Amino acid sequence: MRYSHASKALALSGALALTLSACGGGSSDKPADNNAEGGNASYVVTANTTEPQNGLLPANTNEVGGGRVMDLIFTGLVSYAADGTTQNELAESIETKDSKNYTIKLKKGQTFSDGSPVTSASFVDAWNFGAAAKNAQLNSYFFESIKGFDEVNAAKSTKDKMSGLKIVDDTTFTVELSNPESDFPLRLGYTAFMPLPEAAFKDPKAFGQKPIGNGPYKLTEWNHDVNLKLDVNDKYQGPRAAKNGGIDFKVYQSTESAYNDVMSDTLDVLDQIPPNQLASYQTDLGDRWVNSPYAGNATITIPGYLDHFKQGEEGNLRRAAISRAIDRQLIIDKVYQGGKVKAEDFTAPVLEGYNKDIPGSDVLDFNADEAKKLWAQADEISKWASDAEFTVGYNVDGAGNKEYVEAVVNQLKNNLGINAVAQPFSSFKELRNKVTSHKMTGGFRTGWQADYPSLYNFLGPLFGTGAGSNDGLYSSKEFDAKLSEGLAATDPTEGAKIFNQAQEILFKDLPAIPLWYQAVQGGWSNNVSNVHFGWNGVPLYNEITGK
Amino acid sequence: MLSFTLKRIAQLIPVFIGATLLVYFLVFATPGDPIAALSGGKPMSDATREALTAQYNLDKPFWVQYGLYLKNLLTFDLGMSFSGQEVSDLLGRAFPVTARLAVLALLIEGIFGILFGVIAGMRKGKLFDSTVLIASLIVIAVPTFVLGFVLQFVIGVKLQWVKPTVSGAATWGELILPALVLGLVSLAYVIRLTRTSVIENKTADYVRTATAKGLSRQRVITVHILRNSLIPVVTFLGADLGSLMGGAIVTEGIFNVPGVGNLLYRAILKGETPTVVAVVGVLVIVFVLANLIVDMLYALLDPRIRYA
Repeated sequence: MRYSHASKALALSGALALTLSACGGGSSDKPADNNAEGGNASYVVTANTTEPQNGLLPANTNEVGGGRVMDLIFTGLVSYAADGTTQNELAESIETKDSKNYTIKLKKGQTFSDGSPVTSASFVDAWNFGAAAKNAQLNSYFFESIKGFDEVNAAKSTKDKMSGLKIVDDTTFTVELSNPESDFPLRLGYTAFMPLPEAAFKDPKAFGQKPIGNGPYKLTEWNHDVNLKLDVNDKYQGPRAAKNGGIDFKVYQSTESAYNDVMSDTLDVLDQIPPNQLASYQTDLGDRWVNSPYAGNATITIPGYLDHFKQGEEGNLRRAAISRAIDRQLIIDKVYQGGKVKAEDFTAPVLEGYNKDIPGSDVLDFNADEAKKLWAQADEISKWASDAEFTVGYNVDGAGNKEYVEAVVNQLKNNLGINAVAQPFSSFKELRNKVTSHKMTGGFRTGWQADYPSLYNFLGPLFGTGAGSNDGLYSSKEFDAKLSEGLAATDPTEGAKIFNQAQEILFKDLPAIPLWYQAVQGGWSNNVSNVHFGWNGVPLYNEITGK
Repeated sequence: MLSFTLKRIAQLIPVFIGATLLVYFLVFATPGDPIAALSGGKPMSDATREALTAQYNLDKPFWVQYGLYLKNLLTFDLGMSFSGQEVSDLLGRAFPVTARLAVLALLIEGIFGILFGVIAGMRKGKLFDSTVLIASLIVIAVPTFVLGFVLQFVIGVKLQWVKPTVSGAATWGELILPALVLGLVSLAYVIRLTRTSVIENKTADYVRTATAKGLSRQRVITVHILRNSLIPVVTFLGADLGSLMGGAIVTEGIFNVPGVGNLLYRAILKGETPTVVAVVGVLVIVFVLANLIVDMLYALLDPRIRYA
């Protein structure tokens, strides 16, 4: 996978009218080589997946197992190319003058795989359905910027029409947001914003088992816990056309067994090398592997509601001390065999506008002496009892969590001389319950996988006052103001600059301590070529060809 | 015999209710909020959370939840998983696979275990006996997942005699290797159990009498020694069937068998009570029935045992 920082897809057409260009992503030059090699376009690719956790409805799919299938069987107004740039799919144009009121025009003649037309109503109805509390869709918060969301998503509300969505004609509709948000068009490629055919609303549950979409593929078979079979959708006309004869997603319970299947050419594409093979996969697989960062990170959150860690001088000093006491590169090398990239900011390097030299980011660099000094300064304000425990919570049901949290804790012990202890939780649900009810008694592991390629997605939902995933209850008026300013900017480059200024505030307060960026380690069999991984660490399945 | 059987089957009812109640309570009591896990660390509005909690009855007190579950059970409604599937469908897919795996493992255990055990017992102290003893000791000492990974790597990846994992259909043929791994430890126990038992019975008075009567060696072994040696073995095998079905999680994970072990494991992590209770409920029934069959086999093996 490669990624560029150069703005490729977001082009400004007209003075203030924002239009998303339809230029292809980083891999659009590949098919030519492929044909020269004699690639087999009818080959059915097998790939690993996990069983989707929910029925396949756009607004109810929030995890990778379902997400990767949804992104292939549906397509939205825009989609994301390999490098995270946005390209038009169904949208003819997305225009706004104030980043608050958007007019969206659809391309004509688009259909779902069953032949029914994709119209403005396909979008408006799907979004209203996803937002309404009575439908209990997991992704409902994605619609919170749209005017009228508060009414349809109130407890026990029976309303299901947001006032901000208006159909103009079959191929035009308007969106009014509650506040200006310049990165709204970027979100429209996320699963939650996919259109639905009329048939979906009659019996959403049944539809979720046999979805009818409009993407490059259609789902023909779903054998639960076994496999999901995707056929090429002939009616698809967008930029992500299939270059193979279909995809057979095999459900794996462990990546270890999937890895053995790749080694014996039984499985074609594996998107995650198991931890016990990280040291050897590059020699095992020859040139059939990839290791590159994607839009996700790992952090440690030390909530502001803890004594000694309140937002303010003492808490900030202690958080900075802890950040400087962690030798991230050492952990990456020893625990992950180089499979992560040291964090330089709160976002991820594959995003437009990413800057690794934001002022204040040196707080993420290891320096034991500086760490001790900062901790001592905090002690002058209020003494940290020498026998006090500092805990870092993690869930034991996630592979590799224990190893890295213990490594972090050991470094804190050695470099700060404090009694740091790893605090295991039996499951993700137990940890998240304590975290979301704000009853943690120490720091804890956190992380973020981007929903759509945007700096804001790493900042707003996590550190905005009262935001949904603001686990540490961070609140800064200055930061909130910068976020709003960035969202109101009509030029994305300008917006990114403001978001990076907002990060300067975060580096002082450290509402979360960034550790490293996630990287994808994947491999493939001898049967396929043209395997590339996207900005979100998911393989570009439609590009893969047989040999 | 018939009334005995009926009585034993009637016992199923209190055992089943007791077991489901206990399991339901255990899942209920595990810390954490399943809905928080469903959101996967992403934000969720309070209204959505409330709606979901109500949808799965998680807002109700324990006795109401369990009562509702039992009520639905009477109409054969086992509830829904978080993924919106009927739990009965989940069971219907996973149990046949695991049953095939367990039966194959049991056959491997029974046939090879008794065969090797009898030979070893009859040739106590000889080369075959020593070899079997050492081999079975090694098998018992090595954890199942090590055996599984090694066999998978050697046979599946290096030699490529079979695919490293089973396909979705999980046919009998594909399940032989996983069943071997699953049954190997028990196989070692069955060998040792049979061997000890055979050695004990070999010197019994009735065996000496049988030999003295001039019966063939084969008849002495099969009818007089083996039949009397089988009681502890059958007891072990009967109890093992249940453990094989419920405890196949490691083997199922290694060979990617879409069976019960993994279904149960994931359901426990997610706090998906209906699935956990249903799986355990069926396992309880399997245990009880297997024990019933064992008890009946006793009567066949030893005429002195009679059920009135």
